[in-house]
Amino acid sequence: MRFLLVEDNHELAEGVVQRLGLDGHAVDHAATLGDAEDCLAVADYDLILLDVMLPDGDGRDFLSRHRDRIETPVIVLTARSQISDRVGALDQGADDYITKPFDFSELEARCRAVLRRRGGTAKNEITLGQAVFDPTAGTLRHGEEVLDLRNREIRLLEVFARNPGQILSKGQLLDRLFSMDADVTENAIEVYVGRLRKKLDGVGVRIETVRGLGYRMDT
Amino acid sequence: MSGGPEERWSIARRLTLFLAAMVAILALVSWGMVTSFAREAAGRTQDNILAASATSIAETLRSESGEVRLELPYSAFSMLGALSEDRVFYRVAVGDEVLTGHADLEGPDVVPGEVVFATLPYRGAVVRAVSLQRTILSDGAAVPVTVTLAQTREGVQAIAAGLSRQAAVLSVLVFVLAVGIAAFAVRASLRPLNTMAQHLATRGPSDLRPLRRQGPPELMPLVKALNRLMERLGGSLRRSEDFIAEAAHRVRTPLAVVRTQAEIALHSVEEEGQKQTLRRVIRAVDESSRSASQLLDHAMVSFRADDLTRERLDLPALAGNVAEALRPTAQMKDIDIALDLDPATALGDEILIQNALRNVLDNAIKYSPAETKVTLSVRNGGGEARVTVVDEGPGFGTASAGELTERFRRGARAEGVVGSGLGLTIAEEALRAHGGRLDLSGDEDGRGACVSLILPAV
Ligand SMILES: Nc1ncnc2c1ncn2[C@@H]1O[C@H](COP(=O)(O)OP(=O)(O)OP(=O)(O)O)[C@@H](O)[C@H]1O
Ligand SMILES: [Mg+2]
Repeated sequence: MRFLLVEDNHELAEGVVQRLGLDGHAVDHAATLGDAEDCLAVADYDLILLDVMLPDGDGRDFLSRHRDRIETPVIVLTARSQISDRVGALDQGADDYITKPFDFSELEARCRAVLRRRGGTAKNEITLGQAVFDPTAGTLRHGEEVLDLRNREIRLLEVFARNPGQILSKGQLLDRLFSMDADVTENAIEVYVGRLRKKLDGVGVRIETVRGLGYRMDT
Repeated sequence: MSGGPEERWSIARRLTLFLAAMVAILALVSWGMVTSFAREAAGRTQDNILAASATSIAETLRSESGEVRLELPYSAFSMLGALSEDRVFYRVAVGDEVLTGHADLEGPDVVPGEVVFATLPYRGAVVRAVSLQRTILSDGAAVPVTVTLAQTREGVQAIAAGLSRQAAVLSVLVFVLAVGIAAFAVRASLRPLNTMAQHLATRGPSDLRPLRRQGPPELMPLVKALNRLMERLGGSLRRSEDFIAEAAHRVRTPLAVVRTQAEIALHSVEEEGQKQTLRRVIRAVDESSRSASQLLDHAMVSFRADDLTRERLDLPALAGNVAEALRPTAQMKDIDIALDLDPATALGDEILIQNALRNVLDNAIKYSPAETKVTLSVRNGGGEARVTVVDEGPGFGTASAGELTERFRRGARAEGVVGSGLGLTIAEEALRAHGGRLDLSGDEDGRGACVSLILPAV
């Protein structure tokens, strides 16, 4: 997916670019609202991540001014937790908001939800053997058959699909998928991999166990 | 607050009393004046008649063969009788010798050529007496003759008393009428003040719009002062809101940097010990961020609960919105949020109820295992509207509702789950402020929690 990140703190912006890059997303960074307008004029984005406090104005004002022009969904990054503030952002045309500091799995879940609501998903499809995987919609299309995947299965499959041929340890998958859910153990990874294997049956791709190291998906 | 009784009295009461006192004094004074005028006028009438009668008596004096003679004229007495039934006394003396009349009647000392009046006691009554002297020629000698005429004063006093009574009745009437008008005028004049007070009282807690500049000019200084106060209040509220926003921004942005860097590092380090350290860093960031949010929300709930807005709340719509907001979080754990919404309305502050429900639903998602179901339902009945969240998690165990709604109290199963222990406190306070309550229960076998937000229905 292609993101536009509007954030004036360079360290945070760099981190977000890098972190979303790990998940295979491309991120352009604009430090001001002015830069953001320039970016929007020349490129198409799947999603805008918009900070509220920017040196040249309030992100929410920017939103309400340009809502009719910008069709790209917007997720506001707010530093406040008060519901009134959140509601304010939504009223002014944001699709969703997330409070800083944010969990990237939550950000991803919110992006997915927003994109699904907006319905524009086709361009992020990934071909896996004879099947087409749409991580946004959470579907695996194999000929006539369309399989719905659960959220954790989608995220797991996405990690495999974006790192083909690479060995991924259970620990890596755990951190990627469940970030801070303390109740998830490495055994749970085995369960999800088992389910994915079943759903990928006959598609032409396989998730192999690399003994002692982890898993690898071969196409 | 303390203050003398006059400070606690209403302005209307004070003004009315003040005006009444003033009218009473005026009425008394005018009654007194009328009374004394009446007495004086009646007295003067009597004096004039007495003088006229005495003069006409004196005119009948003549000298006949060396003797002074007097023929009492009837008209003199009939004049006196015209005024009243009062008794009349007279004495005519030639030199020191009493010619006729009441010998013991001592009139005022005469001054030649003048009519002298006096009020004196005589025979057990108070009389008005007049004396005059006339010089008569008798045998070529000038003989001074003194005529003294006196009359009791009952008639005069009766007339004066009658006038005074009438004046008194009139004064009382005027007094009653004036007090009535004063009371009405006071009330009417104070009406703009009352209207203003009512207008201010019905305002919402955050309504700091200036008052309209209408009304009597006397109220303008007050209106202006109030408007200035509200402007200042609004300004300082805005400043403190801006300050909180700015402070939150400054604290949370670096925290976000730390968390992001830690997540990136977590993906690149291999060693389990380092991973563990990074996970702890992330957790600490999440804990502090959650605490900051919940503390702010708690402060906001207490603030808004102090002066509650009461708008009509469409509870199923509100529940739907909260569910939508938390659905992505639930999806991360593949938890299904099922909605079962009946129509129900309550009166209250939307932000508070939303916040309460959000905390309860957040708990259900947070404490439930993955791939379970959370049911959110709205029911209406028995004068109560209930928003209920049921989950398939571990339930509350042995902890009581009272314990869990305590500040910073976390339950037995909260280890490993980020939280500040304020969620249920906030929810409970929000509901209390609305005259509702929070109901916590669970299955007998301890599976699943069931939390109801109960509000008086409308
Ligand atoms: N649905 C639930 N299932 C099981 N336990 C619950 C549930 N809801 C609340 N609890 C228990 O009640 C305690 C208090 O909840 P509360 O929401 O007040 O605080 P918290 O969730 O720990 O922190 P936070 O302020 O971040 O919400 C929790 O620590 C948890 O142990
Ligand atoms: Mg909670």
